[in-house]
Amino acid sequence: MGKVKFTIDGKEIQAETGVTILQAARQEKIFIPILCDHPSLPPEGACRICLVEIEGQQALQPACTYPISEGMEVSTNTPRIRAARKFNLELLISDHPLDCMTCEAAGDCLLQDLAYEYDVTEDRYEGTKHHYSVNDPNPFIQVDRNKCILCRRCVRACSEINGVEAISVFYRGFSAYIGFGADSSMDDSPCEFCGSCVEVCPTGALWPKNSLGKGRLWQTETIQTTCPYCGVGCQINLQVKDNQIVKVDSAWEGPSNHGWTCVKGRFGYDFVHHPDRLDTPRVRKYLLDGKRKPGAKKRKPEVEGDPWQWVEVDWETALGITADKMRQIRNDYGPESMGFLTSAKCLNEENYLMNKLARQVIGTNSIDHCARL
Amino acid sequence: MPVLTNIEELKKLQDKARAEKADREENKTTIILGMGTCGIAAGANDVAAEIHSELKKHKIDAEVVSVGCIGMCHNEPLIDIQQPGLPRVTYTKVKPKMVGKIIEKHLVQGEYNKRWIYGQLPTGNGKVIEGIPAYDELPFYNKQVRIALKNCGIIDPESIEDYLASGGYGGLSKVLFEMDQIDVIEELKDSGLRGRGGAGFLTGMKWEFCMRAKGYPKYIICNADEGDPGAFMDRSVLEGDPHALLEGMIIAGYAIGALEGYIYCRAEYPLAIERLKIAIEQACELGLLGDNILGSGYSFNLKIKEGAGAFVCGEETALIASIEGKRGEPRPRPPYPAVSGLWGKPTNVNNVKSFAITSQIMVHGAEWFNSIGTKKSTGTAVFALTGKIEHTGLVEVPMGITLREIVYDIGGGIPDKMKFKAVQTGGPLGGCLPEEALDTPVDFDSLTEAGATMGSGGMIVVDQETCMVEFARYFLTFASAESCGKCVPCRIGGQRLLEVLTRITNGEGKSEDLDEIELISEGMREGSLCALGQLTPGPVISSLRFFKEEYEAHVNENFCAAGVCAGMFTYEIDPVLCVGCGLCVKPCPEDAITGEKKIPHVINQAQCIQCGACYDVCNLGAVLVKRKHELDMVEPA
Repeated sequence: MGKVKFTIDGKEIQAETGVTILQAARQEKIFIPILCDHPSLPPEGACRICLVEIEGQQALQPACTYPISEGMEVSTNTPRIRAARKFNLELLISDHPLDCMTCEAAGDCLLQDLAYEYDVTEDRYEGTKHHYSVNDPNPFIQVDRNKCILCRRCVRACSEINGVEAISVFYRGFSAYIGFGADSSMDDSPCEFCGSCVEVCPTGALWPKNSLGKGRLWQTETIQTTCPYCGVGCQINLQVKDNQIVKVDSAWEGPSNHGWTCVKGRFGYDFVHHPDRLDTPRVRKYLLDGKRKPGAKKRKPEVEGDPWQWVEVDWETALGITADKMRQIRNDYGPESMGFLTSAKCLNEENYLMNKLARQVIGTNSIDHCARL
Repeated sequence: MPVLTNIEELKKLQDKARAEKADREENKTTIILGMGTCGIAAGANDVAAEIHSELKKHKIDAEVVSVGCIGMCHNEPLIDIQQPGLPRVTYTKVKPKMVGKIIEKHLVQGEYNKRWIYGQLPTGNGKVIEGIPAYDELPFYNKQVRIALKNCGIIDPESIEDYLASGGYGGLSKVLFEMDQIDVIEELKDSGLRGRGGAGFLTGMKWEFCMRAKGYPKYIICNADEGDPGAFMDRSVLEGDPHALLEGMIIAGYAIGALEGYIYCRAEYPLAIERLKIAIEQACELGLLGDNILGSGYSFNLKIKEGAGAFVCGEETALIASIEGKRGEPRPRPPYPAVSGLWGKPTNVNNVKSFAITSQIMVHGAEWFNSIGTKKSTGTAVFALTGKIEHTGLVEVPMGITLREIVYDIGGGIPDKMKFKAVQTGGPLGGCLPEEALDTPVDFDSLTEAGATMGSGGMIVVDQETCMVEFARYFLTFASAESCGKCVPCRIGGQRLLEVLTRITNGEGKSEDLDEIELISEGMREGSLCALGQLTPGPVISSLRFFKEEYEAHVNENFCAAGVCAGMFTYEIDPVLCVGCGLCVKPCPEDAITGEKKIPHVINQAQCIQCGACYDVCNLGAVLVKRKHELDMVEPA
């Protein structure tokens, strides 16, 4: 592919043939506002915010779909463009609730950012507004169509990132809305709740239900981490407020998942702060005391000193007891009496070590993996 | 019939068809029935049944042939009787009970009932019947030049022999055996043919882009998704002359290097689809379509794709998406379909009429075509003439003719002694022009300059009883409901513009609303993705430009002079004009009109609901539309 020379706002730029004005501008860190485009999704040309002027062209053109060509002169911020953008923003706001003060997406909303930049403060049309009920019964994602700007990022994320095509546009014109499956609820559709739609939604139309009311972007700290669920090693961004995870966002630069997550990585973090979660090893008191397993009749949970009682110990103690018991079983009943089951949550290296432990340390070939179940 | 394997066989078949036709004309009685959708809607089926029973009754051996629409909607149903060696004689507005008398007089007694006869159409031998006007002399036809509609209403659309007899597939054989791809495109460029779908882009140029585009396979698409309210030009061609479309498409396929084509026809045209299917089958049987056409080595196949009724699918990229099985929505261009169209391959999309005209250009040559019309808009334009006009119907006129000639000479002017007010061209996305613009020549550039558009051929005439605000609102209701909802300016802008106009027609308009209209219209035109959104404000903007005083009367005086917008006018009986005939008393549903016989009547304003029954019934024009507040002042009590 050859290079093309052209200018954006007078700045000379070189970019690969075939890229769009928006892609070239992004490479050069030139900001062109847009609502419907996302770097990980194919361009749509729907929001008409990224309109730019091209020398010699009568009409304004969308930067997101217009391919660059040699010698092209692009302007991104003329009064004519600003007027067209403001018109579009005013229209969007005229069918959008004015509830930024309580909106989950405030501070993390492209529409809000653009309304701020273009000084759109109120609904200047006062025409018909949609009033959709916010009642999609699925367990993970709140669907608020009143806040939807029909940018179709979710539609493309569902088909292009997750490949499920659970989301599509229904009806036409002003009556058009985003729907699921055969226009039913999200959990009555092929949706797998990967949450890619939530991630790419530029407004608060799609929001994780378990993040509602937990804090907004400027109140949280972003911590990139590896998802604990399986060995793929997906990168995720935890939004943490007051030492509590309040939301999981995509880490688009994650090399093994490029921003994609499954339902567990995106929504399955409630175990982290769950009161029932064990965070220190425990052993039965009789084991700690080096005694034999007492009869069940001797269980007296309410009495202090019950031999069945769980006692919190350090890792060394817990693992020491486990190792002793394993050695004892092998000695008493032979290595074939034992079996090992490893986990998809473990890394390859951990599974390898487990294999060594089973075959070489214990001496059994009875080892399997949960992914085979 | 055997498959034609070379050009001689085609020529032989054409000659044979011609000879059979001449033989039929000389030796047989034929009754020709206008059986387009328009004719059928007007009752042609009942007329047909009556003809068959009358022929049986009189034991007359006559062939009954169905043809498409000849263009005279105002005279449907039509029957033509052609006796051996004589011209076709047309009877208009035929009712089933008239059939017996017509057949008895014409075929049994050999006389002509001139009261019911419209005119005569000469056949091959050129004979005329004295005393009956020829079509060429009739005002509806004498200014018309029929190229796209050449065969409509003349030949049997379900008979390929009829099409061959009219020289059909002659253009194709010439192209296949005497011209290469470049020749065809050059010929078309020389002809100056501009796309008849509305945008008016040079067809030859469009073909060249597609021909030169890299990619394989390439596709030809015929856009037969005619969706304008009150427009039926394409339907008429599809129903009346389907082979002309097929021939044009095969020629286009050859020129561009496409092996496959689609006809995207709206499902609301069942008869057109049926006739297309018959035509495709016939052409395939003869080897004029399919593999190795006429032994030339060129192969082309055609499929019909039925549209599901979305107006926006007339936009080429939405149409392509629809064929691909996706939601019918436009996408931004570039890339243009000529580079990346159907399935991402080079695709050429043209309107029905463009294809139908193409085959004629190939037969008669570019010079013949560009000698018709104006320099920049060559050839003819087809219009569906509707609304408040005497002769509604389908007309094909040379470009450059004035609107006045179409409305008054061909269209016969405004009925019921009403006054012309405006003519809307270009369908719901076009614009309206006032009386002062009637001398505008009809061509792509002049109409755009005047403030309207050529469009694909809708022409709606309105008289003084039409409120221009309501008229614009009607088109806007249509266009905004047909918006696909993809881009913001069209989806929400259309709705907001409609709200402003609805407000005005409801009597709730403010004077700032006129600026608001301009602002929203400008924003939609500037920002919308496709022509639907960009042109949706067209009727509003043009009516605001030419009929501003009507808008102002609505918003400033709460007055609708046309007497259309409810609650914005009142009816009053002019005591000078009223003769007290009492005709208006009975139709009044509220018994609001009182008065002695032969003494001017009075409307009780407290009871009047402005239904307009008295206005419609008064022969003297004594019921007047008045401003509301004038009466308020008269009746302070």
